[in-house]
Amino acid sequence: MTSHEFIIIGGGIVGAAIAEGLARQGKDVGVLDEGDVAIRAARGNLGNVWVQGKGAAYPAYADLTRQAALDWGALAERLQAQTGIDIHFRAPGAVYLCFTDADLENRAATMRQANEKTAIDNPYEMLDHAALARMIPQIGPDVAGGSFSAMDGTANPLYLLRALIQSTQMQGGAYYPDSGVTTIREYADGFEMQTAKGIARARHVVLGAGLGNATLAPQLGMFGGVRPVRGQIMVTERMQPFLPCGTNFIRQTVEGGCGIGESSEEAGFDTGTTIDILAETARRATRAFPHLAHARIVRSWGALRIMTADGVPVYQMKGFGPDGTSKATVVSVHSGVTLAPFHCDALARQIGALALEPDIVKSFSAERFDV
Amino acid sequence: MFEQLKTATPLETVNVTLDGVAITLPKGMTLAAALLVHGAYPLRTSPVQGPDGPKQRAPYCMMGVCFECLVEIDGKPNQQSCLAQVRDGMVVNRQDGAPDIKGDRT
Amino acid sequence: MIDLIIIGAGPAGMTAALTAQECGLKVVVLDEQLRPGGQIYRNVLDTSKDTILGPDYFDGRTLAQRFLASGVDYRPGAQVWRIDDDGVCFTGPDGASILRARHVLLAVGAMERPVPTRGWTLPGVMTAGAAQIMLKASGVVAPNAVFIGSGPLLFLIVAQYLRAGVAVKAVLETTPRGNYASALRHAGGALRGWRYVRKGMGMLSEIRRAGVRIEKIDSYTLAGRDHLETVDYVVAGQARQIGCDTALIHQGVIPAVQASLSSGCAHDWNAAQVAWLPKADASGRTDKDWLRVAGDCRGIAGALSAQLSGELAALAIAQDQNRVTADEIAARTKRVRAKLNTDNAVRPFLDQLYLPRPDLLAPTNDDVTICRCELVTRGQIRQAVSEGCPGPNQMKAFTRSGMGPCQGRMCGPVVTQTMAAMTGLSPAAVGHYRIRSPFRPVTLHEMAQCAEAPDQKAT
Ligand SMILES: Cc1cc2nc3c(=O)[nH]c(=O)nc-3n(C[C@H](O)[C@H](O)[C@H](O)COP(=O)(O)OP(=O)(O)OC[C@H]3O[C@@H](n4cnc5c(N)ncnc54)[C@H](O)[C@@H]3O)c2cc1C
Ligand code: FES
Repeated sequence: MTSHEFIIIGGGIVGAAIAEGLARQGKDVGVLDEGDVAIRAARGNLGNVWVQGKGAAYPAYADLTRQAALDWGALAERLQAQTGIDIHFRAPGAVYLCFTDADLENRAATMRQANEKTAIDNPYEMLDHAALARMIPQIGPDVAGGSFSAMDGTANPLYLLRALIQSTQMQGGAYYPDSGVTTIREYADGFEMQTAKGIARARHVVLGAGLGNATLAPQLGMFGGVRPVRGQIMVTERMQPFLPCGTNFIRQTVEGGCGIGESSEEAGFDTGTTIDILAETARRATRAFPHLAHARIVRSWGALRIMTADGVPVYQMKGFGPDGTSKATVVSVHSGVTLAPFHCDALARQIGALALEPDIVKSFSAERFDV
Repeated sequence: MFEQLKTATPLETVNVTLDGVAITLPKGMTLAAALLVHGAYPLRTSPVQGPDGPKQRAPYCMMGVCFECLVEIDGKPNQQSCLAQVRDGMVVNRQDGAPDIKGDRT
Repeated sequence: MIDLIIIGAGPAGMTAALTAQECGLKVVVLDEQLRPGGQIYRNVLDTSKDTILGPDYFDGRTLAQRFLASGVDYRPGAQVWRIDDDGVCFTGPDGASILRARHVLLAVGAMERPVPTRGWTLPGVMTAGAAQIMLKASGVVAPNAVFIGSGPLLFLIVAQYLRAGVAVKAVLETTPRGNYASALRHAGGALRGWRYVRKGMGMLSEIRRAGVRIEKIDSYTLAGRDHLETVDYVVAGQARQIGCDTALIHQGVIPAVQASLSSGCAHDWNAAQVAWLPKADASGRTDKDWLRVAGDCRGIAGALSAQLSGELAALAIAQDQNRVTADEIAARTKRVRAKLNTDNAVRPFLDQLYLPRPDLLAPTNDDVTICRCELVTRGQIRQAVSEGCPGPNQMKAFTRSGMGPCQGRMCGPVVTQTMAAMTGLSPAAVGHYRIRSPFRPVTLHEMAQCAEAPDQKAT
């Protein structure tokens, strides 16, 4: 039997970040993860540390995102120092590309709105075609312009995940692959979980199982309101660098390959792709950068975003056991790369202290969905 | 080193540009084989750096599986030369590392 | 509307096409090569090398001629890169397009087993099959090459070289000695097997008579700076070296499963063939009703079996599309199955005899490159395994193995077997890379072309 003070269910970017933070506080941590073929948003995303426009209608989320982006450099440095893994964090800013003048106007309105009620400002610039072409000479004639924010960045989500798991292990935490959790219940003064490899028990649990939270959290009477929203992604072969910054649907990695994707579909748990969406995405990518017509795609897949009804994170903590001191925390977010610094620092600290701070409770509790 | 079978009937040759130099190659021959006979070898350097720099590479499987035979053909990078045939006027460039994909060539 | 799309115009694909056409199906055959024949009958309509290639080779000529004369819609030069329930996407001489049909038959054949050793990425190191392809298709040869490996094809190619008057420097045979004894235990196939072995012996003495040095070796490495310079090997505990600029490696062939994997049908690990095979019934039905498999891509069985399995698959498809009744084809199906069983009886024997040495399937030195495209070594794989990496897919994420242009064709089987050797799990338990479309790299331009009115193109 596996037993720890804290058990984190889910070894994706979210679960691993919280585990890493708890392990660094010296807590006794175990991560229960699924096996090799799992629905892992961590493995499916483009690695954007995306700030601009996010939380335009939800200032607390905008601020959470902006603070995380500001903290990202320090996280990357710390993880590299600890594990030797370079997670390729870069913050050259990013452009949101607009194909028509109307798009450009709407974008300007969104960007304005996103700075209205926030504590942290997101400086940005609206660029017309000519200004954009000075920044990225390969931009296609069909692109009307875009919004540029210097706060945005990119990282390699795969290396981030590996570094988080490795660092957790280096601080004494345990990582259990092939141990997907099927059921969870209260047990004595803690929790008991049934995993693919047997029983696991813990005094406190964190549910960071991505879409798995939808079935696990309700077993504890907690928030399970997440659904999959598919995004189809294509990746090209390595090529010489041409993109000096990120964009909203194309980004060039440090290795030289481009990740391309923008679709948002309700497709259940199907991680496949459809030719119509791939073809349309390819068409738009070549409109944005005509030279990409000759870049070769080597892979495509459907990545499942973990969506709450309003797209804003849910952080929920609840007490169990005779005196309520045994805590379960549900974490349901879709931007795990961007928010990684928050998850392995502030949030892990609050979970370690067994209480979420009031401003987190106020802005991100699940109660906002109760009408 | 590769050579054409001595007993084979000599093939008609055509003009090809290899790395900017005019050469002749047997018409219709598999491009990778023709380049090997011509001595264009190693064929490319790897886009990924090893601890001691990029690696020299040359065709390995000749059946479209290994992707070691990549060359630029008529401006299109990363073409499998083992699946291409020599044509008159073909412009072939060997690649050094990852290709530089530039300009609109559609 | 097309009834059946066949991918591959080798013995399996050509036979399936002819059979399906006989049954009244509208068939399209796509093949990336410019001429029919597949691997074994590559360039088979060219008669200039008959004396070199031997009678097995021109067996396929009549088939290829019948195929070309049949009027089947055959589209050469068509690289298929996506097969899903929403269509078959390919790039042909006129660009990319998409076709739809009720059934898709994969007859994409085999690939040579990747054999990772020190130095196998050096220019000058190629597969023996590559040498044969160059001989058949282009009349191009490598004099004074060293052949290394095991299996009947290795000796066949050496013999073909010698018949062509090409000097062979040495043949280094890696078949483990114990294989002969264990192969004989397959009593059913042993009798027929001996005929194969005798044929092999015949080739062996042909090679000996030509004065070629043949050595049974324990291990080898390939060395050189920017290209191959020497082969270093061990015979009965003694280290030896040969200087050479070309080494031709062969450890048998394995099914080409990239296409079937990418379409998501189930695969099983086959311990006898040391490879993944699509799960299919005798008529090639996979667990996806629309997807069928025939020939070497459903299990290595050779050209005759490939033809028979193509015929069976086509009959089953005709029946499933209600073009023929079960009764009408019962006798024929039975006959073909009987022939297939006879032809396959020798397989267990051959599989056992030419089972590669374990260290050639899963290298044991940390400095051996396993992923050629992304330069991932065994040492990096070992490190990730020690961090708890649960399988090939997380391995890909952690090390980039399998992320290059070959899309995991070369390293996929090796990563599975290396992880199995390291963890003590079976390859079946370790699993395989999840292969996605496009299973051949395509440009964004080609991908975008498939957006245009697919339904009109389908007819
Ligand atoms: C290199 C090599 C050499 C061999 N030499 C011999 C030999 O000398 N003697 C012998 O008895 N056996 C030989 N074999 C084994 C023999 O090839 C097989 O037993 C036999 O060819 C199997 O027939 P098939 O129809 O299943 O496949 P194949 O003959 O391999 O035909 C498959 C066809 O599919 C096409 N194809 C594959 N992928 C795609 C795609 N994505 N899009 C479009 N088309 C595609 C290929 O171009 C090929 O034409 C050799 C095998 C290999 C790999
Ligand atoms: S030589 Fe292997 S793909 Fe061309």
